[in-house]
Amino acid sequence: MSALEPTTPAAEKRAGWAWRPYALTLPALVLLAAVIGYPLLTIVLRSLSEPQWGVQNYAWFFGAPVNLAVLQRTFSISAWVTLVCVVCAYPYAYLMTAVGPRVRLVLVLCVLIPFWVSGVVRTLSWVILLQDSGVINSLLRSAGFTGIRLIRTQTGVVIGMAQVLLPFMILPLYSVMKGIDLRLVQAARSLGARPSRAFFTVYLPLSLPGVYAGAIIVFILALGFYITPALLGGPRSTMLSTLVQTQVLSLLQWGRGGAMGVVLLVTTFLLLALAAPVMRSRHREAGRR
Amino acid sequence: MEMKPLTRVILGLVCLLVAIWLVAPTLVVVPMSFNGNKSLAFPPQGFSWQWYQNFVTNPEWSTSFLNSLKVASIVALLATVLGTLAAFGLDRMKARPASLLRMLMLTPMVVPGVVLAIGIYAVYLDAQLVGTLAGFVLAHTILALPFVLIAVSANLEVFDKRLETAAASVGAGALTTFRTVTLPLILPGILSGLLFAFATSFDEIIVSLFITNPYLRTLPVQIFSSITRDADPTVAAVGTILLCATTILIGGGMLLLGRERKGRL
Repeated sequence: MSALEPTTPAAEKRAGWAWRPYALTLPALVLLAAVIGYPLLTIVLRSLSEPQWGVQNYAWFFGAPVNLAVLQRTFSISAWVTLVCVVCAYPYAYLMTAVGPRVRLVLVLCVLIPFWVSGVVRTLSWVILLQDSGVINSLLRSAGFTGIRLIRTQTGVVIGMAQVLLPFMILPLYSVMKGIDLRLVQAARSLGARPSRAFFTVYLPLSLPGVYAGAIIVFILALGFYITPALLGGPRSTMLSTLVQTQVLSLLQWGRGGAMGVVLLVTTFLLLALAAPVMRSRHREAGRR
Repeated sequence: MEMKPLTRVILGLVCLLVAIWLVAPTLVVVPMSFNGNKSLAFPPQGFSWQWYQNFVTNPEWSTSFLNSLKVASIVALLATVLGTLAAFGLDRMKARPASLLRMLMLTPMVVPGVVLAIGIYAVYLDAQLVGTLAGFVLAHTILALPFVLIAVSANLEVFDKRLETAAASVGAGALTTFRTVTLPLILPGILSGLLFAFATSFDEIIVSLFITNPYLRTLPVQIFSSITRDADPTVAAVGTILLCATTILIGGGMLLLGRERKGRL
């Protein structure tokens, strides 16, 4: 053996180094198990064991109309937020693909700036804007209208949440739209389709993977929102997260709070599992392109 | 796509409104922070620096700010080390276990905040970690880890492994190769991971609200309780300061990324 012979990765593997990558991930995995795995397990166990073993907490949750109303409201607020995001993000993302690089940079910055600002501060801004003595109402009053009630209403919660979540809709939409071959639309036009028809039969279907991806992300994030509904909402716009917090911190009902948490967690993962095939096929398409 | 002039105008207007909707709320704290009255009602009355003064002199605010800085700095270091190690491990694994482990490590991003918060709170009550520095650091580190992992992994994906083989073939040991070849090339990814980790911890509110106590409060918790308690414009002053600080931080990160991209071309 000469000292000049290089050690190739294959040689390393033969020498028994194959376990090394796993060792590198070990510290992160240990922390993950301790700070995510163990706590989630604790919550699942408590939901089944407090005050005694059984499914009484789940029976209570699905048996009380009040809880079901909150569950339904959580879904409907999330759905509204998703809808608002799709409607606002679609033209915006399209414009991002259609303009020159300089305007695009401005548009991208407008999407990213809200990302930079602390979440609590952003919600504070919405309190200032929406409150009865807030920006929107004082503008309305100075224009001669009567003020409208926005804070502590469902509308207020939807407006605030949609603004926070809009970037998560715009970015995936943009990444799909910029890959669409516009010559396809031209081809449709040259065959005699009106612009609206060319849009609806060619462009829209091609952009749908982006809409799905963004909508799923926004919907899932919206389901778990806590701070915005807590500050902008009132008792009539309580979402599931707030209910979990009340059960645990105010009523010390770990079992019931845990059961609600598990429902929220399972819903989130089910939606993710449903979304995975859509996302993966999108990934493959992007790879082919 | 060709459009009628009318469609074009409508599209432009709609996008302008969306852009205003995205940016304007962020800026509304700036005028409120100079309010002369102790109120968050709009429009602000008069002009004063008193809320900035209050932020610096009132121990409730200054302590929580320092706490946040302390926690976020430790978290940034810890999450960057753990995340970078893990990213290297995943990069050198077979595809199947790697994608499985990666998914596992990204779970903190999708678990609903409140569910995680009550879980961690339950465990911390038993382990007596509520309101401790260690408690905050552990919880925030796990939340920041995915961001480091994503940033470093993205960099490793474009990293040419033949460079390491080349270094080894001219006789460099594993450590020397890492220090002189690998590390300098993936440094931009590590640094942006560091920034993200810091920002994540500095910003974290939901878990912090549960594991806080009067002895250890972070800034977001202080902001939240101030908003729910009274209309103190100090929150607007803090918001303005944070807005400036984050802009500088992210601006730095973007410059780094931009330089990296130019370097690659």
